[in-house]
Amino acid sequence: MTVPIGTDIPDPAAEAQPVARIGESRGERLRRVLSSRVASIAALVIAVLWTIPTAGLFISSFRPEDDIRDSGWWTMFTNPTFTLDTYNYVLYSDSQGGGLIRNLINTVVITIPGVVVPVAFAAMAAYALSWIDFKGRNFLYIAIFALQVVPLQMALIPLLSFFSQGLHVGSVTIMPAWELDGVNTIVQVWIAHSIFGLPLAIFLLHNFMRELPGDVMEAARIDGASHSQIFRKVVLPLVTPALASIAIFQFLWVWNDFLVGRTFGGGEATRPLTAVLGDMAGTWGFGWTRLPAAAFVAIVVPLVVFLLLQRYFVRGLLAGSVKG
Amino acid sequence: MSKTRRISCLAAAASAIALAAAACGAPEEEGDDRGAVPDDATDCANYEQYGDLEGETISILGSIRDTEADEMMEAWSYFESCTGAVIEYEGSGEFESDMKVRVDGGNAPDIALFPQPGLMSNFADSLVPASEEVTSLATEGWTEDWLNYGTIDGTLYAAPHSSNAKSFIWYSPSFFSDNGYEVPQTWDELIALSDTIAADGITPWCVGFESGGATGWPGTDWIEDIVLREGTDVYDQWVTHQIPFNDPQIVTAIDKAGTILQNPDYVYNGTDTISSTPFQEAGYPILDGNCAMHRQASFYGAMWPADTEVSETGDVFAFRFPESNEGDNTMLVGGEFVAAFDDSESTEMVRQFLASELYHNARLQTGPWSTARQGVDPNNATTPINVFATEILTDPEVTVRFDGSDLMPGEVGASSFWTGMVQWADGDKTSQQMADDIEASWP
Repeated sequence: MTVPIGTDIPDPAAEAQPVARIGESRGERLRRVLSSRVASIAALVIAVLWTIPTAGLFISSFRPEDDIRDSGWWTMFTNPTFTLDTYNYVLYSDSQGGGLIRNLINTVVITIPGVVVPVAFAAMAAYALSWIDFKGRNFLYIAIFALQVVPLQMALIPLLSFFSQGLHVGSVTIMPAWELDGVNTIVQVWIAHSIFGLPLAIFLLHNFMRELPGDVMEAARIDGASHSQIFRKVVLPLVTPALASIAIFQFLWVWNDFLVGRTFGGGEATRPLTAVLGDMAGTWGFGWTRLPAAAFVAIVVPLVVFLLLQRYFVRGLLAGSVKG
Repeated sequence: MSKTRRISCLAAAASAIALAAAACGAPEEEGDDRGAVPDDATDCANYEQYGDLEGETISILGSIRDTEADEMMEAWSYFESCTGAVIEYEGSGEFESDMKVRVDGGNAPDIALFPQPGLMSNFADSLVPASEEVTSLATEGWTEDWLNYGTIDGTLYAAPHSSNAKSFIWYSPSFFSDNGYEVPQTWDELIALSDTIAADGITPWCVGFESGGATGWPGTDWIEDIVLREGTDVYDQWVTHQIPFNDPQIVTAIDKAGTILQNPDYVYNGTDTISSTPFQEAGYPILDGNCAMHRQASFYGAMWPADTEVSETGDVFAFRFPESNEGDNTMLVGGEFVAAFDDSESTEMVRQFLASELYHNARLQTGPWSTARQGVDPNNATTPINVFATEILTDPEVTVRFDGSDLMPGEVGASSFWTGMVQWADGDKTSQQMADDIEASWP
């Protein structure tokens, strides 16, 4: 239990029945209740309960196949048997039910442009929408904001036919078919991820940039800076935390994505990890014992990213929802 | 944490992962009963008729995955090396939804292996009908029962690919001979045998319906097997909805299945465990002598633990689901159909190849598989159970009917029929209620 500096050690009797104290604001009271011993224990219990299934999965991933079939992961404590075979198979096997290392690379190749492109475009768009005066700015912003309402599943088939058949109005061809195949279809995946990620990213960054003091821009303007200079030298350094949190969000979304990668990718050459995971169990679902190891291969990178960048992640959750 | 420390942390984590990855090599592939490609299938002279397809790529989408997919690709690998064509196979666990999205999005694969004829007919407008050559290969290779399922509105679109014999009951030959049990030939004998085994203190049946999102399908096979044995006419009318799902004949058939599945003396671990027992492992107690019989298709032969001897004289084998009527000779089957969305020369050649005796013989030898292709040698199959299944499937005397739940509309065959079976097995619904509810869900 942590006790904020400057507060008295609360006596346990008062702890049991938190009563509003004289001169205490609502926020202070909330903080007192939430940091009480009971609340801490409750939080711990919830954390443990929620971690048990994942821990079980983790332990299972190191157990031999026959053991996984025969008994639950908890028998590991009385009868410990460890093997790395499942990981080895899942990552490096040549067969259809393995070789995740290729898909891991695919996922990385999909994720990096899938994060960099939308975040870069969103930053520029958000700057333009918040600090460049042009006609229809608000309308454009609202239109982009409204796009968030459209579920991505609705856009799947139209976008896919846009890529594979081009765009025609009557007999006029506006955009010819892209005719990508094999590994080149990864371009479609990048574009799809960028399109689907942009509205939220623009919305959040716009809110953040609007809050920047106008005086700074004006001062830069008076010193003769162009919009692109202001954007690069003034705005970007100031919004770095917001950029980081959006990048983390987009990273997690693209990394964990199943539908987009599966739909727009062209088969084996571009399939991301998630698309292969479910199919690893085989035609009759008999190879399900590989899934714990495969699942951990899939989550280890997001887990590391999350643990290292937690601070930005929490800020990202609050971005756009809390002012100032 | 300072910025530099964080970056070095990231770098450290990344290199740790890279090190761990580099430490293990590719696993050694096991050399078990997965066979090799026969000589005549490796001889390029046999592929001359398909011409030179250098530089052509043919994409195939199917629901076959994992080891089965490896073996299938092995079987056509010589077609690739001899003709120069490249076949890109993709196995999908979400075949139905993938097909819908891809066809609607104009991104259909060149060839799709449909496990459900009903699903295939939804795409009839986009499919390329079978050419004269494919049609003649199909007519030469499959019985009319089979071709009917590849035909939509009188036009043949697809030749069959693999076939599974579904009307199989797994048992332990050694256990049967030790106790003097005989393989039953009729339904009445099956019940009599069950009673005898139960009287000897062993639960006769092992049943498991659990299969993830598809839980309940092993139960639909039970009902189909029994309805089929009431009469093929009733069966055909039932799957095409000429008679309602809650027709008295069907309800009677469900009740008949209930004499086994809802009999507490018959089912290992009790009837209330049926819906929670995974079908993959449901038959394992046979090996320990805890139960005697398990109804599952021929593909179940590949699911027994590695050291199990699957043969007529070994630990486990299967006998055919007994007939109810004298003189009937029926088999419930499953399988895939090779349908094309592309009319190019290379796709046509692959279709011809996949319908050929050459391919089917080769595929039989690359791993456990069974086929209904006439002219193949059943003894080419790698396991005794697949020899047995292929013998039955290629026998023109056997009346073949496709798995009914794969022919019914998806709302029934892949939804309410499954859930209905689970509720019925759990005892939440009577046979009549279950049939009424499924009938109500028929679109």
